[in-house]
Amino acid sequence: MVRALDRKLLRDLRGSWAQALAISVVLACGVAMYIMSMTTLVSVERSMESYYRDQRFADVFAHLKRAPDSLRERIVSIPGVARAETRVVADVNLLIDTRPEPAVGRLVSLPERGEPALNAPYLRRGRWIEPDRPGEALVSEAFAEAHSLRPGDSVRAVINQRLRELTIVGIALSPEYVYEIRPGEMLPDPLRFGVFWMSRRELGPAYDLDGAFNDVSLGLMPGAAKAEVIARLDELLAPYGGLGAYGRDEQISHQVLESEIDQLRGMSLLIPAIFLAVTAFLFNMVISRMIRSQREQIAALKAFGYSNTEIGGHYAGFVGLIVFAGVLLGAIGGWWLGGAMVDMYVRFFRFPRLDLVFDVGAVAVSALLSLLAAGAGAFWALRRAVRLPPAEAMRPEPPPDFRATVIERLGLQRSLSQPARMVLRNIERQPLRSSLTCLGMSLAVAIMVLGNLNAEIIDRLIKHEFFWTQRQDMTVSFVEPTSGRSLREVERLPGVLYAEPFRAVAVRVRSGQVSRRVALMGLPEQRDLRRLLDEDAREVALPPDGLLISESLAEILGARPGQSVQIEVMEGRRPVRAVPIAGVIADYSGQSVYMNIKALHRLMREQDAISGAFLKVDPDGAEALFSELRRTPGVAGVTIKDAAIDSFEETIAESLLLLRAFTISFATIIAFGVIYNSARISLSERGRELATLRVIGFTRAEISRILLGELALLTLIAIPVGLVIGRELGAFAMEALQTEHQRFPVVIGRQTYAYAVAVTIVAATLSGLIVRRRLDRLDLIAVLKSQA
Amino acid sequence: MGGRNNHRPTETADPAQADGRRGGEAVFSTRGVTKVYTMGAVEVHALRGVDLDLYSGEFVVLLGPSGSGKSTLLNILGGLDVPTAGSVRYMDEDLSGAGDAVLTRYRRDHVGFVFQFYNLIPSLTARENVALVTEIARDPMTPEEALEIAGLPDRMDHFPSQLSGGEQQRVAIARAIAKRPRVLLCDEPTGALDVKTGIVVLEALDRVNREIGATTAVITHNVSIAEMADRVVSIYDGRIAEVRRNDRKVPASELRW
Repeated sequence: MVRALDRKLLRDLRGSWAQALAISVVLACGVAMYIMSMTTLVSVERSMESYYRDQRFADVFAHLKRAPDSLRERIVSIPGVARAETRVVADVNLLIDTRPEPAVGRLVSLPERGEPALNAPYLRRGRWIEPDRPGEALVSEAFAEAHSLRPGDSVRAVINQRLRELTIVGIALSPEYVYEIRPGEMLPDPLRFGVFWMSRRELGPAYDLDGAFNDVSLGLMPGAAKAEVIARLDELLAPYGGLGAYGRDEQISHQVLESEIDQLRGMSLLIPAIFLAVTAFLFNMVISRMIRSQREQIAALKAFGYSNTEIGGHYAGFVGLIVFAGVLLGAIGGWWLGGAMVDMYVRFFRFPRLDLVFDVGAVAVSALLSLLAAGAGAFWALRRAVRLPPAEAMRPEPPPDFRATVIERLGLQRSLSQPARMVLRNIERQPLRSSLTCLGMSLAVAIMVLGNLNAEIIDRLIKHEFFWTQRQDMTVSFVEPTSGRSLREVERLPGVLYAEPFRAVAVRVRSGQVSRRVALMGLPEQRDLRRLLDEDAREVALPPDGLLISESLAEILGARPGQSVQIEVMEGRRPVRAVPIAGVIADYSGQSVYMNIKALHRLMREQDAISGAFLKVDPDGAEALFSELRRTPGVAGVTIKDAAIDSFEETIAESLLLLRAFTISFATIIAFGVIYNSARISLSERGRELATLRVIGFTRAEISRILLGELALLTLIAIPVGLVIGRELGAFAMEALQTEHQRFPVVIGRQTYAYAVAVTIVAATLSGLIVRRRLDRLDLIAVLKSQA
Repeated sequence: MGGRNNHRPTETADPAQADGRRGGEAVFSTRGVTKVYTMGAVEVHALRGVDLDLYSGEFVVLLGPSGSGKSTLLNILGGLDVPTAGSVRYMDEDLSGAGDAVLTRYRRDHVGFVFQFYNLIPSLTARENVALVTEIARDPMTPEEALEIAGLPDRMDHFPSQLSGGEQQRVAIARAIAKRPRVLLCDEPTGALDVKTGIVVLEALDRVNREIGATTAVITHNVSIAEMADRVVSIYDGRIAEVRRNDRKVPASELRW
């Protein structure tokens, strides 16, 4: 048996279904964002954990020149080390018949017997290699997909200056390459970088590493002191050309994955919080209006003997039903969006499986948070309902008090028509509600700005890195540092218009207790192809002595220009020197350290060694150049800038579009929810007033202008406020999301602002039109008969 | 006002002939007006064939119990509603089939309304409530003039919440007359007021009727008010039951109820 009061609840809900729906949908957006982020977060985290565990992802990594296998025993005996896996790892040029440009293959050795103790590849298809069958290899999935390689296909590679044919027997994944990117590169490019696993028995002799290794990974015991292990390992490897050991936090694939998880976590908090705040505001607005218009009903209920608790519960039930609908809708939407996000992640990150984990806890948390927000919003209104003495409730509410507005008190009233005065006085009489309405709309504008920020930042990063800083078409790196003369050889290659040398040296930069492994780049003073820029993209001159370091590194080291840092070189004679910091440059990805190439030569005590060259290439001669480079011994790798950017943008464009579509729909829903509800409430509060005006002879258009004028004015105020909030939130979010390795420039272009403004105005106009239709149906006679 | 002639009482149920207003022209002329509301499955006959002429400058009281149809008639005369059948003419204009735009125009230019609950705009002062109308009218008086005529010259800058009921009603009257309407339609103008205040408001209506010459129709169920009218039209069950001419108009100040 449904109680009469419950029936009233349902009918009230039906009577204001559009408003209830608007609130539910705003709430649902927040819940959906939260559940989407949490679902994706939990899915990615769990997949990562189980993947790392099953494939025994190492804790510490190190590369070196050459060490005998016997060193392994000493490495394992470092306190805290549970397991060690020594390998031979080498980068080679691949010759692929279907593509003119060279690709780089990373060859990784597999033990002769059994699976590797650490970083075991996960076999997706095909079979494991047979150690006694030469030329067999496993290939990484991303590369295989990019080149449509299947088990049985073969690839040619230049292994230690000899052309070899690799037969692919299996397609594999590795926890080391969840994000498959070539170290030192900014963007993944599966067309031009792939990982190959081959037998140690075959790879060792090929690189003169029989009975030796040039790469080691460690698994640590629980609770081991990682920093200590790294320091001990560095000591052990130093005589063997160790390039500096590092933990997972500096392992590039893991780094990217972690920062993605951090970003998801950030997203799961910021945006839903905005939606919850707006929901609270909408509840406040709608419930207070409802209680005001139901004074007599409340009084009658009390007169009949209903208790305060029952009446409070009645209106709380109204709130509860809307919250329930919102959470339900949001949970379904979040689950669906989570699926879309996970699909997107599968394209960037290579997991054996990435299962969508529905996070029931997240639903519970979001239900709780929604109830809290709704409760906070409705609290004061509910308290008023409960406190209303029956006799007072029977009397109509006294007429609202008005006074002249600030504008009029300033003596500017002559310019105002009566309708304009009505608009201004209504806004000024309820400053809190007007400002909350305004704030609600501002938040919609802000979300819109945030939605576009993503794309703008990526665009800016690409511009900064690839068009302003790196202006070469191609980068050639040599296997070993060679003499400056080889630059002239490179310049003479077909298609090369211009070449600029660089010297890259693996170093550890240290300041006090803090140190980081970086590549110290030596550049000529006069250069064209690599510019060093400050935050405003102005060029910073490379001084004859001293370092230019990226801002993030300066912060990590706690060192400022003028101070010195210790440079520990990891190759050659391994000199250690204190070098002063000459200046700071803006570098958004990774940490870079630059030096005048002559100063670097002096530091290294070498003549004119170079590690490679940046090239400006004639597009027509590119193909000839490629085929020449593929055959050139001593060239370790070629990076083609445009190709990398294209392939990156291709992958990311769709995802960005998807994200942008989400945020825009969400922001539109907020804008619509706030404006529509405000308009509806104004209409119900002022229907009588507007009907009177109609009777007096005002046209529909004229009274619409009064009602909608107020909203239009609030919208106009909300827009600039929202743009500022959007920019500040963006800066805040980027600050929160930045990691040691990735920073984000906060750049907001004019079109983002214009876009946010346009969408808001459209949303406002749409809700205005809907309310306007109700104005047209205003019952002129009924309102005149009733008391205010 | 010229042409005013109060000496011929008539007692007849045929208003079209029995008015005796030789000098005045008919401002309104209704013939066979019926109004049927459909409320769910029930049809309510609010008016069942009303023939009525109202003349320029006269003060008419429409008397009847609640549900008699008097408000419906007033709404139709005021252009808030249209009849189901029959014709309504205002001067040369046919209101019975007019659309919203025509009716809005008509209300805007010719009709002044006074309501039982005043219907003032709370966010506007007395003066501004009147200005609301003067700003859209063709040949208005100033708000000050209108308030003067309505008998409220000294509280012009007060907001409705600062005025008593009688004062609010006088603002409403000023608002109604400020456009110099041809017709002034009042729906229970004293219904929400006590006797003393009600009389002040009726005096204001009487003065307005005399000074601007608008045809004034007041609907009420208060029989005493009928005494101050030129003519009294009694309505019962959707029909005109009686039209009576008052021999002597009792000044509003002498009325009691």
